[in-house]
Amino acid sequence: MSLLRKVRSGVVLLAVLLSSSLMANPEYSIYNLRPGVTETSQEVFDLHMLVVYIMTVVTILVFGAMLYSIIRFRKSKHPVPAKFHHSTKLEIIWTVIPAIILIYLAVPAGKLLLKVEDTSYSDMTIKVTGSQWKWHYDYMDNDVSFYSSLSTPREQFEDYSRTGTEKGENYLLEVDNEVVLPIGKKVRILLTADDVIHSWWMPDFAVKMDAIPGLINETWTKIDKPGVYRGVCAELCGKDHGYMPIVVRAVSQDDFDKWVGQKHAEKAEADRLAAEAAAKSWSMEDLMADGEKVYMEKCAVCHQANGEGLATFPALKGSKVTTVDSPDDHARQVIFGKNAMPPFGDMLTDAEIAAVVTYTRNQWGNNTGQLVQPGRIKELKAGK
Amino acid sequence: MGSHKPTGISRWLFTTNHKDIGTMYLWFSFIMFLTGGAFALGIRLELFQPGLQFWDPNTFNSLTTMHGLIMVFGAVMPAFVGLANWLIPMQIGAPDMALPRMNNWSFWILPFAFGLLLSSFFLPGGAPNFGWTFYAPLSTKFGPPSTDFFIFGVHLMGISSIMGAINVIVTVFNMRAPGMTLMKMPMFVWTWVITAFLLIMVMPVLAGAVTMMLTDRHFGTSFFDAAGGGDPVMFQHIFWFFGHPEVYIMILPAFGIASHIIPTFSRKPLFGYSSMVYATASIAFLSFIVWAHHMFTVGMPVVGELYFMIATMIIAVPTGVKIFNWVATMWQGSLTFETPMLFALAFVILFTLGGVSGVMLAMTPVDKQYHDTYFVVAHFHYVLFPGAIFGTIAAVYYWLPKWVGNMYNETLGKVHFWLSIIFVNLTFFPMHFSGLAGMQRRVPDYNMMFEDFNRMSSIGALGLGLTQLLFFYIVVQCVRGGTGKATGEVWEGAEGLEFTHLPSPAPYHSFDEAPEVK
Repeated sequence: MSLLRKVRSGVVLLAVLLSSSLMANPEYSIYNLRPGVTETSQEVFDLHMLVVYIMTVVTILVFGAMLYSIIRFRKSKHPVPAKFHHSTKLEIIWTVIPAIILIYLAVPAGKLLLKVEDTSYSDMTIKVTGSQWKWHYDYMDNDVSFYSSLSTPREQFEDYSRTGTEKGENYLLEVDNEVVLPIGKKVRILLTADDVIHSWWMPDFAVKMDAIPGLINETWTKIDKPGVYRGVCAELCGKDHGYMPIVVRAVSQDDFDKWVGQKHAEKAEADRLAAEAAAKSWSMEDLMADGEKVYMEKCAVCHQANGEGLATFPALKGSKVTTVDSPDDHARQVIFGKNAMPPFGDMLTDAEIAAVVTYTRNQWGNNTGQLVQPGRIKELKAGK
Repeated sequence: MGSHKPTGISRWLFTTNHKDIGTMYLWFSFIMFLTGGAFALGIRLELFQPGLQFWDPNTFNSLTTMHGLIMVFGAVMPAFVGLANWLIPMQIGAPDMALPRMNNWSFWILPFAFGLLLSSFFLPGGAPNFGWTFYAPLSTKFGPPSTDFFIFGVHLMGISSIMGAINVIVTVFNMRAPGMTLMKMPMFVWTWVITAFLLIMVMPVLAGAVTMMLTDRHFGTSFFDAAGGGDPVMFQHIFWFFGHPEVYIMILPAFGIASHIIPTFSRKPLFGYSSMVYATASIAFLSFIVWAHHMFTVGMPVVGELYFMIATMIIAVPTGVKIFNWVATMWQGSLTFETPMLFALAFVILFTLGGVSGVMLAMTPVDKQYHDTYFVVAHFHYVLFPGAIFGTIAAVYYWLPKWVGNMYNETLGKVHFWLSIIFVNLTFFPMHFSGLAGMQRRVPDYNMMFEDFNRMSSIGALGLGLTQLLFFYIVVQCVRGGTGKATGEVWEGAEGLEFTHLPSPAPYHSFDEAPEVK
């Protein structure tokens, strides 16, 4: 094989490798954006590839000219430098040509922008509320709502002993309650937040929109293909910003309707159980046992499992709220929130709040001996 | 004027000499560079593998925040002020800066500002943990108590920057040698004057933002709280109205530096001097009207997004002009590759890479995918590390023989260069890929699919950090005698008053009598 042919086949191989790393198996590239599963995500991907190719050519031209100068005009090869120091013609050329390239890019970008911002004529609406560090979803047309948070167990990521932990395939990209959406329907997504700014990012839909406390943003998507799609919170939102994934399961309209029915049935059952639990009088042991479960799920993320707090998150062990304040004041703070602490009134049932208040007043040496019954929580929620 | 140099500690405490103050700025900047670098290594240590091994997520957030703040305000900006102090009087034929006492003050504020900021690590609640962009309400309602130290620290460094900028402007407009018209000024002076105007216009905006934060936190106002009629998005508009020009504050002086070094080692005058000046001025002007391209996901009206996209893309034109001019300067020159030239060439090449990813980021519909991912981290580190930092390093190699009268060790300088360029790419290039594949910024942990690229970045970062200790050694060795005396010209055919009219080392009061510029 002649040297020239070797070089040529090398270049071809490199080009194939490059383009395959950028384009092959586009659904799950570890190098590149994904074309995704919506019309807009495909168009965003195409525009991205267009600008990548154009910028690659521009870069090769600039680097080529530099490399040529470095090789050809080194002092040993070119001892007497030229004297020229300007050329109006050249300067006009390299002002105008980049401007033309930019216009060539700006036109499709502008068109696509108008398309991705057009939320009109939607088929259904969901409201997404970010709060530290979970998402709340409201299906405005279906009377379904739920919280969705990370389901990767803490043991998988807390590896402070540095011994390594076994991790699942969807490590940090899995949740307890998936968002279920029908395919082929234009879904309008409203976004807001309870506390700080979050950002709902679903790469496969090319949707990223900030969820801002006190404001409502809107965006939309229309999913073409059934499947499970994973995204994350993209805006720094405090301690567990990296632990607030999003999972969307796209299904057919029939399956979606079935899922809504199932959600309604679950809700009715949960309400019934909650009412039953709220009506009965609980023993200390039962409250402590349930309280520990609720605490570990909802409270330990900030106040820590040992109740000692972390940085700005106050300790509950021996604190004023859990030992000196009355159980009513304590419970009110859990229900209505205070400063950076979010209100848990809508997130937990009366029995759960009673349990967790009792638990925190009698754990880690907070031996107040006081217990709170769900009935009292109900009264407090009503403002009594 | 005789030489009346005080000695010992009082020389440094009370000095009003532009060279002493420049030296202090540069050493301060280097200490901050190592401090910010240590935080970066802390970040890379945690990101070496998935899972939490070393820091809890809150401490990790403090590390990213302090890394950004220290590098931007403590390393890059003081380095440029230090270079301005050393070079501007020598380049315009003046004995010193116009306002020497203010010069002293603007430096000595800095150790206190950064002492305050760094002490926050030892406060209850820990150091600021809301990112260097300190978006409300994460920094207001949810910020740790040390946020107030941060606010006061930012005020102090803002005062320092504004005083430094005033000093540059007054010096350049009043103390140029006879015959040096504006369009004969060296490029470094031009870029710094423009930078100084940017500083004067935007540092007060930053001061306003942190003051509003302070009153929101303690005095019951609601500038950034929707519950009280305020707007968290307004914070971002104010911040980026400061923040975007700030980006150019951190690169324009490096443009100036490259415009000195490339002609010297190409043995050919700078191509298109006047278009360089106009391009710099256009970039500075455009920097004020593109700020919201950092905010394409906050839900702006679509017309606003279109405007900010187009305005941002326009910046590529004057920036392109600068790059083409540097290449044209090299064209048909007679090139040699001493260490300053190597760093200047790497600056042009890698800054170009940061520039093309900048064009990608400008395009709103695709930016909505790139935004807040490691792709952005890759982009701005390509313009900051090989841009601002390589620019500063190139300047030190280029002018150090003039400052101290000795030559540095060329072999070690080249080793420093090659290690730096290998590691800088190993650190930051993989971030393009992990960002595109879906890794978001500012997280201590990630899915295994990003592991390979993060590992490369972590190894690169360690190498890049250690390599800079070699730089420290080379500089100290050069100050202590180096490899021999430097000539007045230092580099064959070097242009500029500092090389043509002053011996090496340059005298304490640069020019006792103003030189004549023809």
